Amino acid sequence: MSALDRCDSIVAAVTEAAERETALQIVGGDTKSFYGRQPEGALLSVGEHRGLTHYDPTELVVSARAGTQLSELCTALANERQMLPFEPPGFGDQATVGGTVACGFSGPARPYRGSLRDYVLGVSVVNGRGEHLQFGGRVIKNVAGYDASRLMAGAMGTLGVILDVSFKVLPIPEAECTLSFESGEREALRRMNEAAALPLPITGSCYYDGILKLRLSGSAVGVSAATANLGGVVDSLNNRLWEELAEHQHPYYGSPLPLWRLSVPAAAGPLDLPGDSLIEWGGCQRWLCSELPAEHIREAVRAAGGHATLFRGGDRSGQTFQPHDPVLHRLHLRLKQAFDPHRILNPGRLYPEL
Amino acid sequence: MNRSQTSGFFKAIGRVLPRQGLLTTEEERRPYECDGLSGYRELPLAVALPDQVEQVQKILSICAEYEVPVVARGAGTGLSGGATPHREGLLLCMTRFDRIIDIDPVGRTARVQPGVRNLLISETAGRYGLYYAPDPSSQIACSIGGNVAENAGGVHCLKYGLTVHNVLRLEVVLMGGERVIIGSEALDTPGYDLLALLTGSEGMLGVVTEITVRLLPVPSTARALLASFNDVEVAADAVARVIGAGVIPAGLEMMDNLAIRAAEDFVQAGYPRDAAAILICELDGTQAEVDRQVELVSSVLREQGATAVRVSSDETERLKFWSGRKNAFPAVGRISPDYYCIDGTIPRRQIGRVLRRIAELSKDYDLRVANVFHAGDGNLHPLILYDSSKTGEFERTEELGGSILSLCVEAGGTITGEHGVGLEKIDQMCVQFESCALEQFHQIKSAFDPNGLLNPGKAVPTLARCIEFNARHVHGGELPFPELERF
Ligand SMILES: Cc1cc2nc3c(=O)[nH]c(=O)nc-3n(C[C@H](O)[C@H](O)[C@H](O)COP(=O)(O)OP(=O)(O)OC[C@H]3O[C@@H](n4cnc5c(N)ncnc54)[C@H](O)[C@@H]3O)c2cc1C
Repeated sequence: MSALDRCDSIVAAVTEAAERETALQIVGGDTKSFYGRQPEGALLSVGEHRGLTHYDPTELVVSARAGTQLSELCTALANERQMLPFEPPGFGDQATVGGTVACGFSGPARPYRGSLRDYVLGVSVVNGRGEHLQFGGRVIKNVAGYDASRLMAGAMGTLGVILDVSFKVLPIPEAECTLSFESGEREALRRMNEAAALPLPITGSCYYDGILKLRLSGSAVGVSAATANLGGVVDSLNNRLWEELAEHQHPYYGSPLPLWRLSVPAAAGPLDLPGDSLIEWGGCQRWLCSELPAEHIREAVRAAGGHATLFRGGDRSGQTFQPHDPVLHRLHLRLKQAFDPHRILNPGRLYPEL
Repeated sequence: MNRSQTSGFFKAIGRVLPRQGLLTTEEERRPYECDGLSGYRELPLAVALPDQVEQVQKILSICAEYEVPVVARGAGTGLSGGATPHREGLLLCMTRFDRIIDIDPVGRTARVQPGVRNLLISETAGRYGLYYAPDPSSQIACSIGGNVAENAGGVHCLKYGLTVHNVLRLEVVLMGGERVIIGSEALDTPGYDLLALLTGSEGMLGVVTEITVRLLPVPSTARALLASFNDVEVAADAVARVIGAGVIPAGLEMMDNLAIRAAEDFVQAGYPRDAAAILICELDGTQAEVDRQVELVSSVLREQGATAVRVSSDETERLKFWSGRKNAFPAVGRISPDYYCIDGTIPRRQIGRVLRRIAELSKDYDLRVANVFHAGDGNLHPLILYDSSKTGEFERTEELGGSILSLCVEAGGTITGEHGVGLEKIDQMCVQFESCALEQFHQIKSAFDPNGLLNPGKAVPTLARCIEFNARHVHGGELPFPELERF
């Protein structure tokens, strides 16, 4: 797809909305409209603001406009044998870079290689006053000014319309291997934690239906040495497994029930919540298909030291993200005020008051 | 404050603290007058040494009530004047928060107080085969609270990330005295990423009173390569080639001849005294992996023109290779009455060009510059050697530093990679950021600290200051007017 710079028209649209104080609903590829609270406001499309603006493989840095398709970015990187280390799911072919950053999604490698925000080096955004701002940059280390770039990751567009993003990238590992182990849940959680405490190149973990899977990636010699160390059965059947998990194409995600994402500490044991579940991220990310009341789920997860997100389905008019205590809530309100005083950018998408 | 307000303030603070927790005499305050940037000195109104979070809460609420500025201080090793006291303010020294509260070997986390020294965490976690990855060269002395406030880096950050990548949870006290938990032991929290925002915020948004960090398994094998070059630019180009070959070394550091000789004289690390530059490259992982990478990197370095490549044969030799690098700053301190450390970061492919330009500037200003830095990250540390007892030399040093930072920005980089802006680089913020971005920073600050009492005057310049600075400097900062007074 051809590169286009739509920066001026996006800035103009936000400036106008700010003057009129009318709400904008920011849309990239429209693949993640299921996520967060119900979107509202006039459509502001950034899908046409696209193209890679900078890529130098030896610098391990890539910059792209927000409307660039995630697949286009990943292909450009793969051509140089590089990748986005956090393996973001797209949830659809049209997924864009901007939408991915706004949602802050990371894939199976998250606990081992880091999250999306860990790899964000810089952004350019339009805030709710229509100001075009640049934060961070294209270098790996940069502590000048507050880290407003990483603040955009997961903010669901409520602090600024993302125009450009620079990421740190890494080489694609030479070899990969998946191991399977039959196991109960408690045992699987224990094994995930034990494996992560060993100096082995683990890059993925999943437990579902009595089977624990571990993924190893690295140099061919490193992976085969680690395979020998861990035991288990080499799983050569499904090489799309990790992608299916990330994209929610795995059979587990066929349920019509509301889908909850539970984020808990690695060392948390099995959660006492009825319903079909799938565990990832070394025990830190657990999925639950359940119609239990939100409060019930959140209470159990809070007790385990984590939080619960209504990820897909269910009642989107309430709180899809776990509510904050009063002090944190106030900080959120004030930050929203600092970036978007008229509350025009994706109002209510993240929390009702933001 | 007038005299009676001051005495009311001291009384109120004194009631909160244990005995010897409040220092008010000049003799007691003097040791706190500067951090590692000793060119900037100021005596604080008083120094408070709390040891409990409730005390910090009360102190901040009293300071808010009396409108007294507060500057948090860790170990005082900062190099940008972040912990330089405020003349009318309280210096809140966090060194008595020195406990490792808990190490969880299963979840691989450590819960620590902010005054704990960076190295102590790894030493304590070592018994479980775990360590805390970010390792600033000051790690025997600097505090983890200061690391969080500066988003400190180290020689192993190329592979394992900076402080921001290794912190999970913070307990923070806001200026009014409220306590808030940011982040969690889970891998994410809902809402805005305040953890990223707080990390590197230079004590401007809140006082950190507890930190949970992520621990990593100690790699089973680590080996270091020591490559010599007879040309600085050839060495610089080799850095990009190593990364381009698809290897992410655990560390990749460079030293130039002046730094090599200083380090060699100080610790006898076995460096080649006649080399124009050396690269130290560490590779870690499983034995088989490391063996292969050592081969690959050695051949890349030779192809790129290394005149010699030595590989550490055992742990003693590996540590010896590092000893010169880790002691380079004090080593340079021995060959000059004073030195000034610059912290710009640039894209790796620009290292050669920028080093050449720094050498030219060094001649122009007639000040020696030693280079010892995190080459893999493109994070330069030119050390300007000067003598503060010679009139005008510190001012000239600052001007040279400013020119080097402008050069970094122009090369597509930044004015600070890990040491922070503090007081020192506040004018260069005007070179790097547009005024609307600076204004946005001020609004972020107000969201946390509406009355601007935490570490005032640091990190983000006022727009008025930038207008004044830009009027004094031709755009790009290349033509300073040294006759004009700064600060
Ligand atoms: C020889 C030498 C080598 C160095 N090498 C490196 C290096 O390799 N990498 C690197 O990144 N840095 C390096 N530094 C710089 C310095 O050590 C780091 O910036 C370190 O993080 C500062 O920690 P500190 O405890 O000394 O903090 P201080 O200097 O006391 O304070 C630094 C800043 O943190 C704030 N602060 C301190 N504690 C708290 C708290 N609890 N809550 C809120 N704010 C707080 C202060 O207000 C101040 O703004 C080096 C310094 C020296 C002297």
